[in-house]
Amino acid sequence: MQFCVVTYPGSNCDRDCYHVIGEVLGEPVRYLRHWAEHVPRGTSCVVLPGGFSYGDYLRPGAIAARMPVTGAIEDFAAGGGLVLGICNGFQILCEAGLLPGSLIVNDHLAFSCLPVHVRVEGDPSPFTHSLKQGEVLRMPIAHRDGNYRPPSDGAQPQVALRYCSPAGELGEDYNPNGSQYSTAAITNERGNVMGMMPHPERCAESILGGEDGMRVLQSAVDWWKEVGSYGI
Amino acid sequence: MGSEPRMASWEEAGLTAKEYDEICEQLRRPPNALELGMYGLMWSEHCSYKSSLLHLEQLPTEGERVLQGPGENAGIIDLGDGLAAAFRIESHNHPSAVEPVQGAATGVGGILRDILAVGARPIALLDSLRFGNLHDSRVEHLFSGVVSGISQYGNSVGVPTVGGEVYFDDAYADNPLVNVMCVGIMSTEQLTRGTAVGPGNPVYIVGAPTGRDGIHGASLLASRQLGDGDGDMRPAVQVGDPFREKLLIEGCLEMLQSDAVIGLNDLGAAGLTSAASETAARGGTGMDIDIRAVPRRESDMTPYEIMLSESQERMLVIGRRGCEEEIEETFRRWELDAACIGKVTNDEVLSIRDGERILAHIPVQSLTSGAPRYDRPTRPPSDCAAREAGAEEIPIPHDAGDALLQMLSHPNLCSRRSIYRQYDHMVGIDTVLTPGADAAVLRIKGTERGLALVTDGNGMLCRLDPERGAAQTVAESYRNICAVGGEPLAVTNCLNFADPEHPEVMHAFQQVVQGMARACRELNTPVTGGNVSFYNQTLDRGIAPTPVIGMVGSVDDVSRCPGRGFQRPGDAVLMAGQINTAKLAASQYLNIMHGLQEGPVPEVDYDAERRAGELCRRAIMEDAVHSATDISDGGLMIAVSECGAASDEGLGCRLDLTDSRRPDELLFGEGGPRYLLTVPEDQIDTLVCLARETQCPVERIGTVGGSEVQVHVNGELILRASVPSLCRARGEGLT
Repeated sequence: MQFCVVTYPGSNCDRDCYHVIGEVLGEPVRYLRHWAEHVPRGTSCVVLPGGFSYGDYLRPGAIAARMPVTGAIEDFAAGGGLVLGICNGFQILCEAGLLPGSLIVNDHLAFSCLPVHVRVEGDPSPFTHSLKQGEVLRMPIAHRDGNYRPPSDGAQPQVALRYCSPAGELGEDYNPNGSQYSTAAITNERGNVMGMMPHPERCAESILGGEDGMRVLQSAVDWWKEVGSYGI
Repeated sequence: MGSEPRMASWEEAGLTAKEYDEICEQLRRPPNALELGMYGLMWSEHCSYKSSLLHLEQLPTEGERVLQGPGENAGIIDLGDGLAAAFRIESHNHPSAVEPVQGAATGVGGILRDILAVGARPIALLDSLRFGNLHDSRVEHLFSGVVSGISQYGNSVGVPTVGGEVYFDDAYADNPLVNVMCVGIMSTEQLTRGTAVGPGNPVYIVGAPTGRDGIHGASLLASRQLGDGDGDMRPAVQVGDPFREKLLIEGCLEMLQSDAVIGLNDLGAAGLTSAASETAARGGTGMDIDIRAVPRRESDMTPYEIMLSESQERMLVIGRRGCEEEIEETFRRWELDAACIGKVTNDEVLSIRDGERILAHIPVQSLTSGAPRYDRPTRPPSDCAAREAGAEEIPIPHDAGDALLQMLSHPNLCSRRSIYRQYDHMVGIDTVLTPGADAAVLRIKGTERGLALVTDGNGMLCRLDPERGAAQTVAESYRNICAVGGEPLAVTNCLNFADPEHPEVMHAFQQVVQGMARACRELNTPVTGGNVSFYNQTLDRGIAPTPVIGMVGSVDDVSRCPGRGFQRPGDAVLMAGQINTAKLAASQYLNIMHGLQEGPVPEVDYDAERRAGELCRRAIMEDAVHSATDISDGGLMIAVSECGAASDEGLGCRLDLTDSRRPDELLFGEGGPRYLLTVPEDQIDTLVCLARETQCPVERIGTVGGSEVQVHVNGELILRASVPSLCRARGEGLT
């Protein structure tokens, strides 16, 4: 399954995602630069990594959302390709309108880098395909703008992961940034585009303290092998 | 020759009349205003090390692992397998005192470019910080500003902040310290030098356009005391753009993949003047620069401003003739301007032109090494009473448990989580041991190996006894590296002092360097570079002498690095090292509980250090321990509490001690190498063997288990505290 990792100027988790997909997940991976006008043929999944694209100037993700490659990713998603936005990648997908809603500054106004627990929610999507509903994963977050707000038209986003306690309970104490409904990840209606604030690539190897992130990435691979060839 | 009316006298350039005469002598004519400004920067204390060089020569700088010692942009050590680590520490104290957010942020930016300049990819940052008492609202403002500056810059640029330290003491109320260490990794083939060689080769300035910020940063801000008018120095502080820095890092690293680039140098303190003269001096060449070609932020900047600007995110790139197109194209792809501003010459002169008009013409060596070296007068401190004081007078605490909670919630000993959670310490996915550990450990991808990194400093000990205090600082770094299973390899240092023109300050400096030199020699950790920051003084109040050590160690197998947290009930708690020598003198217990900073500082017993360090390291690498930590500030009970607080299962322990000493000395005394190890029953024999082989005493002092920490002395329960109460206390100190 061919992956592409996008590098915008200021992306800083691109090399991490590349390493995990290529060396840990063991799938073919290549970089996609911000000036690219097409997603290469044969690509199954595009990953928009974390970081500070364009320095987060204006708003996180706002400038990257207007780069040629983001338009190409939009076309790719419309054709049924898988798109995963992690942290800044999630912010870019919201800014580009590939996902509903927005990510504003954390309720405590500071950057937070720490491990959190998230609970698998909703209908299975490609990225939660191999996970059980209600299952709890431990993954790190590292952001200042991760406070999810759904769109103002009242539409309910499809939540894929919610912040929770180690036992899976929801509550303010377990919500690290004030996100509405403890939202940690959402998908588009079709399910092929997911944005998540936690970093799966940072917990894909036991030496780094956990492997739960692998399960999200492995889900996409499993889904692609089992279902993907038929399209969504 | 052109002249500029802007700067008339040597005083305004920060020089003395004698230094001015020396310049005239070396130039064989009086300098013009621009030249005088350039001399002012290069001969400033900050750039020339004129008060310190004489002493720094004592430091051991060579070793089998050292590939590059002091004098270049960063020290480099050989890690084997074709890999090398580059590292350096630098201060940004004065800018941070004036403008904490940008001062700290640009401190991070500057040290990153030093590592980049030797061709390494920066992989880790550590910060050593000092502030006054947090109850003072001005100190609180400085503290939160510095933390947020480090967070904003480091997070955005994508280099993890993996460690560091912070202490609060009135000695730093007016003069906070912000020392930043950066570590990079590279293949030995990629080693780049900040050298301009090959006359005719093009010289580029890459990155941000040059603005009016930071003029006089090195000469007038960093090389003199702070005073009342320092709000006016705010324009001398630069503003950081971490986004551009990130592009600069990626652009330069890509550029180094080809041989189109010959040398790299950061434009940091003293800006273009320093970068141009230093690279030419190292290459034994000269440089011809046309300031018209320098991209600038404002159109009406004078040559003086261009040559003295300390605008951030700029690099000087010495290219290979004929590769101009490749260089410009590569940087363009990273959205960076690369402007050719001149060329390397063979006349050993730095020549600054505005088109055809020559503005400055100075022999390179005169700028970089012509400054006088001062053997400044020294005088032992008049009051040595504190050094000899004993602790016999203080009362024994009624309730040792209360004392422990009070100690744990003190800002100097409490959890630093509220700080480091604002730092991205994971980006790069190499951080095996995160902040909060004795030392950070980063893996090296594709190998089993890793790097152990730490910074340490102890102003209190160095004020009491500069020589022993400095030696203890090196020893503490050594212990921290050993406690995570690393082999200490080399150090960088940042020497923070008050006014060197004060004989007592200079005496302390000389003693510190002496203590450090001996310790580094004894522990086989050569000094590969560093930084001296003088004039950390406001009016007549100076800081405590504060040498900060940054140490790098090598870890053979990162999968064996234990945390410090208790792992399994039933594990034996062992103490290894100098088990019975800890004292209350010069301890955090005296400082925190009794407001006393006094007592003799113990001498480092190097044999004991090496033996205990080896035992700990081998026990870890032989996979015999479940947890390990070094017992340092606050003594045994602080270490035990940290092990409980770091335990995933919230495990406590029961200690059974047989000892006739005062209980507070037993629980909170400090000194000597001491490691606290927890070991499964079936590995105790391994430890006994190791103890014999390394000739290091090891003693069982208790057992892991339960959810509280209990201490029995001679059979009597003297302290009892639940692990949650310890965690709570640790969490209260910095909120």
